[in-house]
Amino acid sequence: MELERLLPLLLGLAWLLPLASFALIVFLGPRMGRGGRCAGYVAILAIGIALVLSTVALAAWLIAYPPGGGHEGAAHLAEPVSGDWYALGVFGALRITIGYYIDGLTIAMFTMVTLVATCIHVYSLGYMHEELEEVTDPLVILANGQPLKRRGRFHRFYQYLSLFCFSMLGLVIAGNVAMVFVFWELVGICSYLLIGFYIERKSASNAANKAFIVNRVGDFGMIVGLMAIWGGLGTFSFADYHDAEGRRMPGVFSQVRPASAEHALVVPDGMVRAAARAEIAEIYRTSPSAVEAEKTIRRLVPGWRSDGLGYGLLVIAGLGIFCGCVGKSAQFPLHVWLPDAMEGPTPVSALIHAATMVAAGVYLVGRFYPVFTPEVLLGIAVVGCITLFIAATIALTATDIKRVLAYSTVSQLGYMMLALGAGGWVAGLFHLFTHAFFKALLFLCSGSVIHATGTNEMPKMGGLLKKMPWTAGTMLVGCLAISGAGIPLVIGLSGYYSKDSILAQLYSCAAQNPAYGWLFVAAAGGAALTAFYMFRLWFLTFVGEPRDAHLFAHAHESPRVMYVPLVILAVFAAVAGGNVPWTHLGLAPLLEQARPIGTAEGATGGVFLPALAVPAEHLSHAPAVHVPVSFMAFGAALAGFLLAAVIYWWRLLDADVLRRASGPVYGFLRNKWWFDELYRGLFIRPALVVAALAAAVDKFVIDGIAHALARAVRLLSDFDEWIDRLFVDGAVNLTARATYALGLRLREVQTGRLRQYVMWVAVGTVGLFVLTMFLWSYALAGS
Amino acid sequence: MQPIGLEHYLVVGAVLFVCGVVCMAAKRNAVGVLMGIELVLNGANLNFVAFGSEYLRPGGPYSIGLDGQLIALFVIVLAAAEAAVALAIALAFYNAHATIDVDQANELKR
Repeated sequence: MELERLLPLLLGLAWLLPLASFALIVFLGPRMGRGGRCAGYVAILAIGIALVLSTVALAAWLIAYPPGGGHEGAAHLAEPVSGDWYALGVFGALRITIGYYIDGLTIAMFTMVTLVATCIHVYSLGYMHEELEEVTDPLVILANGQPLKRRGRFHRFYQYLSLFCFSMLGLVIAGNVAMVFVFWELVGICSYLLIGFYIERKSASNAANKAFIVNRVGDFGMIVGLMAIWGGLGTFSFADYHDAEGRRMPGVFSQVRPASAEHALVVPDGMVRAAARAEIAEIYRTSPSAVEAEKTIRRLVPGWRSDGLGYGLLVIAGLGIFCGCVGKSAQFPLHVWLPDAMEGPTPVSALIHAATMVAAGVYLVGRFYPVFTPEVLLGIAVVGCITLFIAATIALTATDIKRVLAYSTVSQLGYMMLALGAGGWVAGLFHLFTHAFFKALLFLCSGSVIHATGTNEMPKMGGLLKKMPWTAGTMLVGCLAISGAGIPLVIGLSGYYSKDSILAQLYSCAAQNPAYGWLFVAAAGGAALTAFYMFRLWFLTFVGEPRDAHLFAHAHESPRVMYVPLVILAVFAAVAGGNVPWTHLGLAPLLEQARPIGTAEGATGGVFLPALAVPAEHLSHAPAVHVPVSFMAFGAALAGFLLAAVIYWWRLLDADVLRRASGPVYGFLRNKWWFDELYRGLFIRPALVVAALAAAVDKFVIDGIAHALARAVRLLSDFDEWIDRLFVDGAVNLTARATYALGLRLREVQTGRLRQYVMWVAVGTVGLFVLTMFLWSYALAGS
Repeated sequence: MQPIGLEHYLVVGAVLFVCGVVCMAAKRNAVGVLMGIELVLNGANLNFVAFGSEYLRPGGPYSIGLDGQLIALFVIVLAAAEAAVALAIALAFYNAHATIDVDQANELKR
């Protein structure tokens, strides 16, 4: 079967299987075995088959388009497969369809998401087994002082996981912007449901709300971006499509980067016209006919375009889209929700941090890459850089094992955004993939530790290496991978490749734009911080003396169903970065091949920042860039590692002394740069004040009116009742009383004396006769 | 002297009727009351027969059928049945009260 039909079939099935599993569990979940046990198997089966299908699709893609032998020119041989499965509605130019846009990135994302999700699904069988029976939640104390007892929600957990995977895969395969937005929101609601899985815990429900509301802020910008795209381009579809008459209509990408302009970024006609609407109205007013006016306009559009008209709209579209990604990928200033999302079960954290929720934002930046102007790219880079630095510093002082990982995720997402913004499309997305593997691994390891010790606090752990060798070993692989461990220029773990390519890109960017050299410095410093906090975590958890004897005594290695996924992920975390030996099969060549058309040569010539030149990515592969950066990255990571080892392993320096010495800085970092407090003061408190005001108005004004109305109605009804009793009831009772009295009087006629009756009959008859005769005669006389 | 006509019959019937009514009203004996009833019924019968007779019609003999006579026959039968029932009641009353004075028969009033 040719690729155009095979890929949509395979990936479509892989996409819909988790939905089927979700539907099945929704309806049959509680009846699936004891405590819903089989729901887990159903979900694992669905995601497992999806993994197999994605792998087949990947293989088919690689066979059809073997990644080019290292030179970027061969990249565009691979045409994306696009089309529509189903049109939900066509309203004039507005087409709402369920479509697909499949290129190397889509397929790689499918494989990665399903692989990581499968591991997490399997791992959850062990981690969530408590939910099979009645659960006693010691963190929720009821009013009577007893901990909450509730029914297990095993099946519901898997139900949400399936929906989550379905949403993420839908987002990845989406063929148009509208569909992206739908699945974007579905991902958001799934994360809301899963973060709030322990809904009875106040902190969990707050965290779920926070995640959802913070994402709304980002989505507002996203909607602005979507409207700019729709208004300027008149289509939602990524790729070209055929309309009802069979004409080939240009999609978003080919309008922004038309083939006629050698795929360089061009402000689309629609946006130019929108910006020049005053002039257009003038032309229409003065020219004799509409056709004539249209001709004039068409002649003038290139001039307007070179004047910079419409460029601002394109910038707004790009910034808007990125704004949505800021929310979803937890970038500064909307990063605050992600650490709180740790309230969810640990496998959920792994899924959110690795494969689904936060990956969605980075993926979308990658997908919309052709639309971004140099100014937008700079914005992305700066936001990414700030995020990377802030999150890395916060992670230094966190003691909650999951929070360290959460801030590490935020920081790594900052790396990805920074790389994308600095022109490193492949570097950023490459890091997205490698990060997915080692971050899922790290989270699942931390889950295993939490499962064994029952606490999140690292100061209570220590010395667990002997108790949990599998967890400790795999987590060490994860730490090494995220720190970018490797032998410079020779070989390394996955993080080594991706982080090196990011730093190289930043270095080459800094060489071209000296004004933005600090981006590279911050990223290199961030690499040192990464190594420090990751090894701080590992040393605190696994080596040294046990700091809580009780917890240590009860710690145990997790069951096999939990550590086998760890091993699988560890293998991928180790090797995902490199190519298959002696071939060009690997993530980086695959992504290089999937690079959006026209973006390989970097970006220059922004209207607002003409001096800015985002360098082409292949420049960063030059030895003059690659070699020094490789050593710098290695040096930074080594420095971080050594510092962590000195403090937490060899104990040459005392952490407490350092803490006291650093003084207010420690407090500043410990309190997460006071972001939560700042937002509480800036947004939450005013919102609550407004809410309280509204409540007061509601209570005193609206309720007052309602109560007054009620009282008036009550009075009216009292009056009505009085009338009812007096007149209506009075009339009825009077009739009854009169009838009764009459009956009493008539009763006396019945004497019981037969002869008297006879007399009355006789007299009555005679009387009637007499009466009749009189009346009769009168009646006759009258006529 | 005028010939025997409808009026004569009606007068006799009225006399019979009034005698019966007076008998009913005056007699305290239940059998006497029954006799009064018979008189009333037969007074009425006489009227039926008289009205039904074709010879007594003004303007010559012509028939309109046997209605008057038929109703008279019905009344006779009815009177017989009534007498039987009434006598039975009287007997039963006598068994219960050792009298057939109708003034004593006022229990249904209560």
